[in-house]
Parts: sequence; structure tokens; C-alpha cells
Amino acid sequence: MEPTPDKFLFISAVLFVCGVVCMTTKRNGIGILMGVELVLNAANLNFITFSRFTPLGLDGQVFSLFVIVLAAAEAAVALAIALNFYNNHLTIDVDRGDELHG
Amino acid sequence: MTAEIILFWLFAFLTCAGAILVAVSQNVVRMAFSLVLTLGSTAVLFLLLGADFVGATQLLVYVGGTLVLLVFGVMLTATGPFTRIKSSPADAILSGLIGVVFLFIVASTVTAVPWVDSEDGNDISQKIKIGTHTKSAEGGFNPAQQGNTTRPLGLSFLSLRADRDLKLGLPSELSAESNTAPVVPGASVVMPGVTPPPKSSVPPSTGYLLPFEIVSVHLLVVLVGAAYLARTKRRATT
Repeated sequence: MEPTPDKFLFISAVLFVCGVVCMTTKRNGIGILMGVELVLNAANLNFITFSRFTPLGLDGQVFSLFVIVLAAAEAAVALAIALNFYNNHLTIDVDRGDELHG
Repeated sequence: MTAEIILFWLFAFLTCAGAILVAVSQNVVRMAFSLVLTLGSTAVLFLLLGADFVGATQLLVYVGGTLVLLVFGVMLTATGPFTRIKSSPADAILSGLIGVVFLFIVASTVTAVPWVDSEDGNDISQKIKIGTHTKSAEGGFNPAQQGNTTRPLGLSFLSLRADRDLKLGLPSELSAESNTAPVVPGASVVMPGVTPPPKSSVPPSTGYLLPFEIVSVHLLVVLVGAAYLARTKRRATT
């Protein structure tokens, strides 16, 4: 019952698989963004787990902070692209974005 | 059953349940709420792992910033109050099947690893208990007011590794050596009679000043670009 590293890694695996399934199956553009956030959180949880249980030390926490900042930047740009897509197509369904000409 | 174990299992369950709800739900608003649940529970798991600053940052930046941005995106792109863009049931079943198989592969790989220390062969999960203080708590800082990791993290962003270098006593050793060493030009070779430097005097660990600056400029450029991309303009199709 003790929280061992493999339990944290299992939670991280669940987060990662749910994120990948969310990215591949959702047709809503915002839903795909949410899947990306889940995958990045799984990576963060792995970083923090290894920073606690191994001699990795503080480096894991530093890298998880970088991941958080980059996720915020990615969400901002992807949301701007999604808004432009909605302005052009009047929907957020990514299956409609199969034409390259503006 | 201490409080840490109960908290761990509660928030582990909430994290997994929220993640599965995000993947399963077809409603965007419910997906956003489940994502709030998942990210908040992950922040509590970070706090249980002793990463107090990262947990607080997760709550502030992720739940308070990024997720609010996503909810604004949902509101700006929804054509109705409850927008559903369904995928076909065959695709959902197939992806669920592939997801279960993928989870089985990853989880079996993770649980098959023996978590032993490479130096002394002890089980590392038994060596460091959840809820006890880490090594950084012994650094002479004030953990009751500042947390365990806030000051070492801030120093590492300034290219100063308090958790590695200050514990070795390296700066004092180096300064003492440079003061007492005879100033001889070209005296880089070890002369007889001069004791070699101790084994612990490795060069100081590098911090994260340059990545910190790069990520700062990157965030600024990205925000300017996002504001440029999302500006209002005339719709071309009407």
C-alpha cells in the first residue's frame, strides 16, 4: 500500500495513454489540445517521481517547470490557430481542415 | 494507514478517473471540467512527492492559466451551448481497444523494473518514504516558511546549485586553494610534495541560467505571435 515509484509511474502511464487516445479520437480541435495537456502532465509526473526517488535530484523539478512553461506557450499558439480555423471554416471539426488553399 | 497513504490513493484515483473521463467524454465542456480535476489532483501528487514549488506552479499556471485559456477557446468556438462533434462508434471502439493494449504494454514494462539503487543495491522505494523530508530539507534553509525546494530552484535558475555544490563545500575549498597556491607561471602539473586535490572537488555543477533565459524569450515571442494570429479580421468567406 506504500506509494512506491511504480505506482506513480502507473498513474503517469494512465495519463499518457488517455492523452494519446484523446488526441487520436477527438474531432474537436480543443479536445486535441486537452489530450496534449494530458501527455505533458504524464511527462511531468515522471520527472517529479524520478526527482524524488532517484539521485536525479532537483534537475527533474527544473525540467518539469520548463515543461509547464512550454505547455502554456503551446496552448496559446494552438488556441490562436484554432480561432483562425473557426473564423475560416465556421466549425472546429478538424476533419474539415483537409484543404490547403486559404 | 497514515494520512499520506490515504491522500495518495484518493488523488491517484481522481487523477486516473479524470483522465479517463477526458478521453471518453464527447462533450467539450465536460472534458474541460475533467481536465481541471486531473490537473489539480496531479498537483496534489506533486506536493506528496515533495515538490512543493512545482505543485504550486501547476495549480497557478496550469489550472489557473492554461485551462482557463482552453475554456475560453471552447466558449469562442462553440456554435451551441453544448457542442458535440461525435466520432463514429467503430472508431471509438477501435481506439479504446488500442488504448487498453497500449496501457497494458506500458504498465507491464513499468512494473517489471526492479527499483534498486545501483550503488548499494537497496530498494529505493524503501529508502525514501513518502511524506518524509528530502535531503534538501537539511540544507540549513527555513522549510517552514519557504518550503523545501523554492530556494534551491531559484538558485539553480541563477546557475548556482545549492543542492550539490554548497553541500560539498566547493566554493570555500576552491577559494582556499587559490589563496594558498604559490603563483608560479605554468604550474599546472602536479609538483612532488603537493597533495593532489581531493576526490570530491569535481567542477561545480552547471545551473539553468541559459535555458531559463531562452524559455523566457520564447514565451514572450510566442505570446506576441499568438496575439498576432488571433487578432480580429474580416472573414474572407462571407
